[in-house]
Formats: sequence, structure tokens, C-alpha cells
Amino acid sequence: MVLDEVAKVRVSTMINGAPMELLLAPYQSLLGTLRDTVGLTGTKEGCNDGNCGACTVNLDGRIVDSCMVLGVEADGKRVETIEGMATPEGLHSLQQAFLEEAALQCGVCTPGFLVSAKALLDKEPRPSEARIRLWLAGNLCRCTGYDKIVRAVQRASEAGPERS
Amino acid sequence: MTITDKPAQEYQVIGTRPIRPDGLEKVTGQAIYGADVRLPGMVHGTTLRSPHAHARIISIDTSKATAMPGVLAVITGADMPVAENATVDMGEEEANLNYASDKLMARSKVVYKGHPVAAVAAWDSNTAQEAAKLIEVEYGVLKPVINVDAALAPNAPIVHEDLVGDDLGEKVRSTNLAKHFRHEFGDVEAGFKASSIVIEREFNLATVHQGYIEPQNATALWQSDGRVTIWTSTQGSFGARRATAGVLNMSESKIKVVPCEIGGGFGGKIGIYLEPIAALLSKKCGRPVQLIMDRQSVFDATGPTPGAKVRIKLGADDSGKLLAGTADLRYEAGAYPGSAVGAGAMCVFAPYRIENTRIDGYDVVVNKPKSSAYRAPGATQSSYAMESVVDEVSEALRMDPLEFRLRNATREGDRRADGPEFQRIGNIEVQQAAKESPHWTSELERDGPDGRKRGRGVATGFWFNGGMRSSVNMSVNNDGTVSLIEGSVDIGGTRASISMQAAEALGLPAQDVRPTVVDTESVGYNDVTGGSRTTNASGHAAYNAAQEVIAKMTGRAALLWDLKPEDVEFAEGVFSAKADPELKMTFKEVAAKLNETGGPLNATGSIQARGGAGSFGTHIVDVEVDPDTGKVDIVRYTAVQDAGKAIHPAYVEGQMQGGAAQGIGWALNEEYFMNDQGIMDNSTFLDYRMPTSLDVPMIETIIVEVPNPNHPFGVRGVGETSIIPPVPAISNAIYDALGVRLRQTPMKPSRVLDALRDKQDSA
Amino acid sequence: MARVFIPTPLRKLVDGMTDVRVPGATLKELIENLESRYPGMRQYLMEEDHLVPGLAAVVDGEATMEGLRQRLDDETEVHFLPAISGGANAEASPKE
Repeated sequence: MVLDEVAKVRVSTMINGAPMELLLAPYQSLLGTLRDTVGLTGTKEGCNDGNCGACTVNLDGRIVDSCMVLGVEADGKRVETIEGMATPEGLHSLQQAFLEEAALQCGVCTPGFLVSAKALLDKEPRPSEARIRLWLAGNLCRCTGYDKIVRAVQRASEAGPERS
Repeated sequence: MTITDKPAQEYQVIGTRPIRPDGLEKVTGQAIYGADVRLPGMVHGTTLRSPHAHARIISIDTSKATAMPGVLAVITGADMPVAENATVDMGEEEANLNYASDKLMARSKVVYKGHPVAAVAAWDSNTAQEAAKLIEVEYGVLKPVINVDAALAPNAPIVHEDLVGDDLGEKVRSTNLAKHFRHEFGDVEAGFKASSIVIEREFNLATVHQGYIEPQNATALWQSDGRVTIWTSTQGSFGARRATAGVLNMSESKIKVVPCEIGGGFGGKIGIYLEPIAALLSKKCGRPVQLIMDRQSVFDATGPTPGAKVRIKLGADDSGKLLAGTADLRYEAGAYPGSAVGAGAMCVFAPYRIENTRIDGYDVVVNKPKSSAYRAPGATQSSYAMESVVDEVSEALRMDPLEFRLRNATREGDRRADGPEFQRIGNIEVQQAAKESPHWTSELERDGPDGRKRGRGVATGFWFNGGMRSSVNMSVNNDGTVSLIEGSVDIGGTRASISMQAAEALGLPAQDVRPTVVDTESVGYNDVTGGSRTTNASGHAAYNAAQEVIAKMTGRAALLWDLKPEDVEFAEGVFSAKADPELKMTFKEVAAKLNETGGPLNATGSIQARGGAGSFGTHIVDVEVDPDTGKVDIVRYTAVQDAGKAIHPAYVEGQMQGGAAQGIGWALNEEYFMNDQGIMDNSTFLDYRMPTSLDVPMIETIIVEVPNPNHPFGVRGVGETSIIPPVPAISNAIYDALGVRLRQTPMKPSRVLDALRDKQDSA
Repeated sequence: MARVFIPTPLRKLVDGMTDVRVPGATLKELIENLESRYPGMRQYLMEEDHLVPGLAAVVDGEATMEGLRQRLDDETEVHFLPAISGGANAEASPKE
């Protein structure tokens, strides 16, 4: 329940393939929209100022820090979050690779990394280590030291996009 | 790579790399972290925090906030319960409780920037924040003290007028010195006199933060019968319960803490910050209240590790034997007493046999947030100094630094410089493994591209590793799987490492032991997940529970065969009759018959475990420095560490790599950039610069296994040691590259350039 | 008799010795016996029925969880060290 006088804006968007009609305050971030309005808490908040990447989502094919995007900007666009990565057929090869390479410890940065890495592999199926590190430099991890994350992305790129 | 000093034991599960039991939830976004908790009717809270590092609270007027539409409750320090008997007995124990409460919500004085002075609950967090702005606080600003020198200077502003300091046993009043202790053995003066090389240096370390990506959070629901349930991302639900009960002056049994998944802790989420505030707000408004800290408040107002000033003096003879060592450790406790200087003292000389030692430790109160544990708390500070001076001493002796460590290495039966004897330790094995490693034995190309210079450095660290208390429950399911109920919060893979030990003991595949982490009402007492204790102690508890399961299952098998239990034996997952080995049943087969042999089969394991007997680690780093910009790049990194026994090698490697990366950040970039008003100027992830994937290379790991005699599988624990060697190893590598020694963290580009300039000027 | 290491600042009470052998079936008895031999020692180690806050008793290499009730035998070695804050201990607990 929000008691304020600002007029809400009607937003039509597609989230993980599901069409949604939302009524949003214009100042609400896409991150807040996902977590609180839509109820998808897989996307995490680490800093709320675009510096950690834990809130990474894919907006119309481009990865963004959703804390730096307004919810109303999703109008007419497709949003893909961590919750949309696996399908009934199985996990995405990246998700499987992260599990097999033990590329997560606390796991809070993992959704952001998976969404970021998927955008990379969708664009460049066989990136070099340097390319992977550059692409992921906007996602902070404090637990792993990045070694196993990079290896997981390499592993997934070798496996290809098939579902496991 | 794993190096064991015993012939490989035939383990079925231990040493393998199964997918962790909670992995699926974490890669699909389903796992519920504290901020993901959603309760029916849940409302949101925020805290109002002091903009000053040191000030009296003259008045607080919350009336405008309370009157704002949408606001449900407002509290201040006046609403915090006073500790029981606080006025009757002002001994140090009650002072601690008062400090614990005061830290969470100020009463008469604020002692660090970000110190909470009020809290608001409202329908939504925006309303709560707007309301908080309407709270009028009148401050009488005081001069802050922001480092040990300022705090100990004559006529320094005193942070706590009621603090009674302990200076080598003598009580001191009107002071910021909370404690000064000393450990002394032998005769250091004689030792230095007999030394042919004596080097004394001073080092300064800036405050750094654990940097966990997930901010603190708490959701509380106060019921009408006076019980409260708290969901929180904590490293220890029982500790959080006890601390909350203390601050709220209520019985622990009225508090249930539900540990959510936790987004990093590293020691910083052992203490509580929001839990009692959320509880009181919930009590006042009658609804569940959720508070989540913003990132700036995490920097300003949680528990970074102490900044420190450390002096080390070492003396050695011509043969390379250390004869004497003194350490002067001055650590910033933060706004309340209790830094990790005691641990810093325990660890500083740990890798070395030195007959004559004196260590002075000072716990100093300053107007910064109260320091908290950060991975091997206190040891990085003292070891930065020690390992740098060791490097100078070994260079003066023209000795290979690892050879120097082997020459002076402590072993079982030697005494630590604070007194107790070492048990079986893997110090020598670690140094040997480092010496023989591919990294150390490889040639270093000293000239990099574009005039950059390369250098190699090495350093060693030690952490004692805890044991302490754990409890688990176990029940056997009809399908032969086992449910394992744990109380140990899983920060980095302990569901896997604990359940794998149970599986090994039971002769089951790893995935047949299903672990769940539960709340404080659903399992017996567990100490925190911290201190590198969890795989050791909770694994040992699970091992004990497994023994009980085996005994009971043996009884069931015996019943099925009409034998006595002593006539049945169990090995590798199979029960068989001693008299007729052909008569056998698997664990699964016996489990299928539980209902007809006596019904449910449950077991418990509880333990007060012995410690991990210590973990030594040595790191080797190659750096490449740009002499024009001062930028230091890490080009190769190897971490060697004694794990005792690596239950799940990938998670052991992960601990080694993670600690190394944090140490790299501590060494090169991270610091609390405080202005002279005691305010952190760089409280965002943009300016508090932690390593990204571009800042570190692949981190090679070499796991040494010298079993811990106190644990059934030899586990020592590994989580902490790895943050100790990076800072000095990098400093030593910079010296090797450029010929300058940096004695201040962070060793940022400007400092490298200053050191180069000083070197040129004096040439 | 257990072997007790005397904290450096208190060695002046035991003529400068680093360690002494003192009887005592429990830590409490040991401290009482220390006090009767070396008056003035107890106040730094014990108050009422617990160890002085901020002090840990390390018995045979492990910080004891049993406080003054910790049982000792002839081969036991006892050290009194600053309680390690952080790493595994919860901060300020009401009664420890």
C-alpha cells in the first residue's frame, strides 16, 4: 500500500515471456518493480547505485543494472531475469556449469552473473578469458575471486546452449 | 593440486566434488535471502542515523514523523530497554551489554557517523524515509578521534566517559585505551644483542570492510503473546538470538531466529544491527516489519576490520636463525572496545620459532564504527608487518625467503609467542609445497611490456581455527535416504561439506544425505558459521550422529535376522552377519523395513569440538608495476594452504581463492577514506574499490593435507588463513620489482609513485 | 599438579616466573590455590563465580567453554589469554 499523491503510470511489459500490466510510481526502479511489485526476488540489490551488478537483468536484449532503470522504462519492452533462464526442459548450460564448477559460494551475486554471462554467450559463443573478464567486470563477487566463475563460463561456452 | 602426507585413504565421498545440495535454488533465483522474505501484512522500516562521528544528543523530536500519514511506529534510544541490573552492577559485563545496546541505537551520545538515533516503520520504505527526515535531532558536536595516535594523545577527546581501561592489569580512567596486554617470553634485549641483523619497522593499515554484496537485513514479527520471530541473514542464528535477547532484556526462549540464505559475511554478520530495532518496531505497530540497510550505512555503520599501527623488530644471527622479536600492535576497536588485537598477537609470530619475544597489544577506542571480525580478524594487520620485515631479514642474509621460513619453522610441541603449545601443524609441509610449486620454481621475466617491471613476493599466514559447539539431527527415511537437520548457516558450501561427512560415515552416496538448515527452535545449539569451524565441528557432530544411526540400524538388521546386535557388523554401507557374511543387507534395504522393526529411526549429534589445530598458508604472487602510473597488476598468484583434509576440494579451493582476492583488494585499493570529521568519503562500491574480474588472474591452489588429530577425517578448516598472506606478499613483490618497500595500505598507485620518487631523490 | 602460565603483567606477583605448578581439580580451585600462594593474583583472573570478562582460559591448547568448572589433571597446561573477539564469537553476550 503506498500512500502518496503521485499519479501512477500504466506499464505494459513482458517479463520472462509473460505479458504483464503494471501500475507503477514513476520513481520506482525496475529492480524495485521486479522484487516488490511483481514478486520476483531472484534479482538482488547490493548497492542501489549501479556499482555491483547484483541487479543485472536483460532489457530488450541488453543487460542493465535494474536499479538504474526506472520501472516505467520497461513499457513495451521484454525483461528477462534469472527466473526465466531455466525452462521445463532443464537448466541453461551456464546454470549447470556454475553448479559443476562450484562457481558460487554465498550465491547472492550469482543471478547477476548468470544474466550477464548469458548475454555474452548469446552474442559471442566462444569468448576468450580476457573477453569474459572484461564483460563480467560490472558484476562484483566477494566470495570466489572470480576464478571458478570464469571457468564456468568457459565450460558453458564449450558445451553450447543446449539444456542439461 | 592436493598434497597429502599420508597414503591416500580410500574414501568414497570425501574428496569428490558433488554438486552442492542448495545449488539449484541458488542458480535459479529461488533461494530466499533475508531481503527476499515476504510476510502477509509486512511493512517497512528505516533508521535515522547520525551525520556526526562524535556528538551529544541534546534533543530528539519525533512528533512530525509520528504525525505523517502512513507512519506506523517511531522509536528512539529511549525505547530501548535498559540492561538488567545495569544500575546495580556496573562491572565490565554490564558495560558490555550497555555498549551492545547503545551501538544499535544511541541514547545520549553518538560515537560514530551513521550511529542510529531513531527508527521508523511505515507502509512502504519511501514513506518511512520521508518520515525519518522529519525527525528533528539537536546535536552538540564534539571533536572526534579517528586513529590510535589521536585517541591516545594527551587531552584527547574521550569517547566513553565511563570506560575503565586495563593497562597491563592497572585500571585507567578517562581514557580511550580499553586494554593493553603483553606476552613476553625469554629475554628480548639479550636476543637482539646476540643478533647480527636487527631490523625494526612501522606499518600502518587503513580500515577496510568485508564488502559482502548483500546488505544487512532483518524482518521481525512480534506476536501478541510476547514472542518474536526474526528472519535475518546472519552467520549464527543462536548468537543472533542471544544478542537480541540481551539487548531487548528478554528471555531467549521468546525469540525465534530463522536464518535466511546469506549473501556473504566474512565475520561481519556475526553481530546484530537491525534485529532488535525491527522487533521493537513490530511490537509497537503490531505488524511484521522489514529493515534493509542501504549500502552507505553498511560502510558507515556496520563492523569493518580495525585500522592499525604495527611495529615489528626482528633479530637474527648469521646462520639465519631468528633470535628475538618484538611486536607493538595498536588496533582501532572502533567506537566500542573489543578489536581483534588479541588474535593479531596470537598469530604474528606463529610460523617462526623465536626464543625471545615480546608482544604488546593495544585495543583503542576511536570514533569509527565498532570493528567486527573480518576473516582471520587481526592477523592480516600484524602479519603485514611481520612478513615484510621477514622479507627484509632474509634478503639481508641473502637467503631464499622460503628457505628462511623452513629454517625457523614452528612444529608440533613448539610454543606460540602467547604461550600455548602447537599441536600437529602443517607449517613445514606448506613451506615445502610452496618451495616446490610450479610457480615458485618458474623463471620470472622481469621486464614487462612498455617499461613495466615485474617482481615476485611470498608471505605466510596462520589462523588457529575454532571448534566450539554444534548440534545436528538425523533421521532415516524409508527409501534409504537420510535427512540431516543442521543449524549451521551455509555461507560457502557447508551443507555439502557436512552432509558429505555423514554420507561417508554411513556408506551412502553424497546425494542420499539431504541437509536442511533450520531455525533456533528446530535444532540444538550451534555456534556461528565462522572461525573456520563449521566443516570441522558440525561435520564432526554429523559424524557422531551417523555413528548412532549405524548402531540403531544394526539393531534393526539384527532383528530382521533374529540375531543379537553384537553379531551384526557394518562396513561400506552394508550390514552383514558376522557368523555368515553371505547374509547381508544394504542400508537401503534395512531402511525399507524400518516400520516393521520398531518404527522411526532418529539420531542426534552434539559436540563441543576441539579446534582445528591451525591452518598455515603461504602465497606466492607475481606483480607487474607501471613505474609511470604506479599501478600494480597481479600477473600470477598461487595459494598454498593446509586444509587437514579437503572434504569437497572445490569449496576448499574457493575459500583459498576468495580470501586471496579480498587480500589483493586490501593490499592495493581498499580503504576507508576518512575526512578529519570522522566521516567516510568513499562509501559506495564505486569509490570503495574492491577487485573485479579484471583485477585478478586465475588463482592457482595447492591444498596440503596434514590431518588434524582432533577430527575423524582430519579436517582443520580453511576459511580464514587465505586473507593473511596477500597483503605482505604483494608488498614484497613490489619491492622485488621496484626496490621500494611500501609500509602502508592500500599500496595504491600514488603511494607507489611517492616511494619511487623518494628512492630517486635519495639516490 | 597443573602447570599454569602466568600472564606477563602478573609475573611480578610470582617473583618473575613464567609458569608455576599449582594443585587444583578445577580451574576455580587452581585460582584459589594461586591466590593463597601468591596473594593479589585472583582479582585479575576471577570475579565472583566467573572468569574476569575479556579473559579466556586455554586448557591444553583449547579455550575452555566450561569456565571455572573446567576440570584439570596433573598434565594439564593452563594459559590465561585475552579472549579472542571476532572470528567465531558473538559479540557481547549477556552472560558468558
